[in-house]
Amino acid sequence: MNKQRIIELLPYQPPFLFVEELSSVSENGAEGFYTFQEDEFFYEGHFKGNPMTPGVILTEVMAQIGVVCLGIYLIKDQISKEETPKIALTSHEVDFFLPVLPGEKVRVVSEKMYFRFNKLKCKVQMYNEQDELVCRGTISGMLTGG
Amino acid sequence: MNREALITTLKKIVKPYIQDEEAFANLTEDTDFINDLKINSANLVDVVLDVEDEFDIEIDNDSMEQMLSVKVALDIIESKLSQ
Repeated sequence: MNKQRIIELLPYQPPFLFVEELSSVSENGAEGFYTFQEDEFFYEGHFKGNPMTPGVILTEVMAQIGVVCLGIYLIKDQISKEETPKIALTSHEVDFFLPVLPGEKVRVVSEKMYFRFNKLKCKVQMYNEQDELVCRGTISGMLTGG
Repeated sequence: MNREALITTLKKIVKPYIQDEEAFANLTEDTDFINDLKINSANLVDVVLDVEDEFDIEIDNDSMEQMLSVKVALDIIESKLSQ
């Protein structure tokens, strides 16, 4: 399955699609990028007069690139033409180290811990353009081919 | 390991994942992981993985699908241990 096809199969669309490019994906992990546009919907409210990317959104970016894209790759043989994959976030634990401002591009790297009985658990890291660690944690989800 | 000891070990494994404390306190072989203990499906996977580690056995997909109650879990563990 090619990387563009994985992005097409994601069950998200703007303003909640946070995968711009998938640079690599294998049985063991995935890597991809997202650039935060200046006019993302959440900057208007987070924070008042001081736009900064919310931690929940950073977590979402890590989940979409690191877990969902990887998961779709892992279940590629079960995916039918008619149905999109069914996914659900089941847990996450994330530590944050640096803020991410409007216009910044981030890179997400994930490493599969296990994928068994439809549950995918990954270690995920996010880096900024200076290659500094922005946040890291473990994220799990359930997924099936539909 | 006898049945009693197996239940004690299994209780220790499921404890971090349960929602219903009362059902857990009154756990019997008839207790259902999802309906009684209110364990979610993702954590049920963790229970199975912890069972594998604890007893050094491998649970296959068919066994996993049946492992919804304490009784079935104990039966599967016993049968795998005797193999």
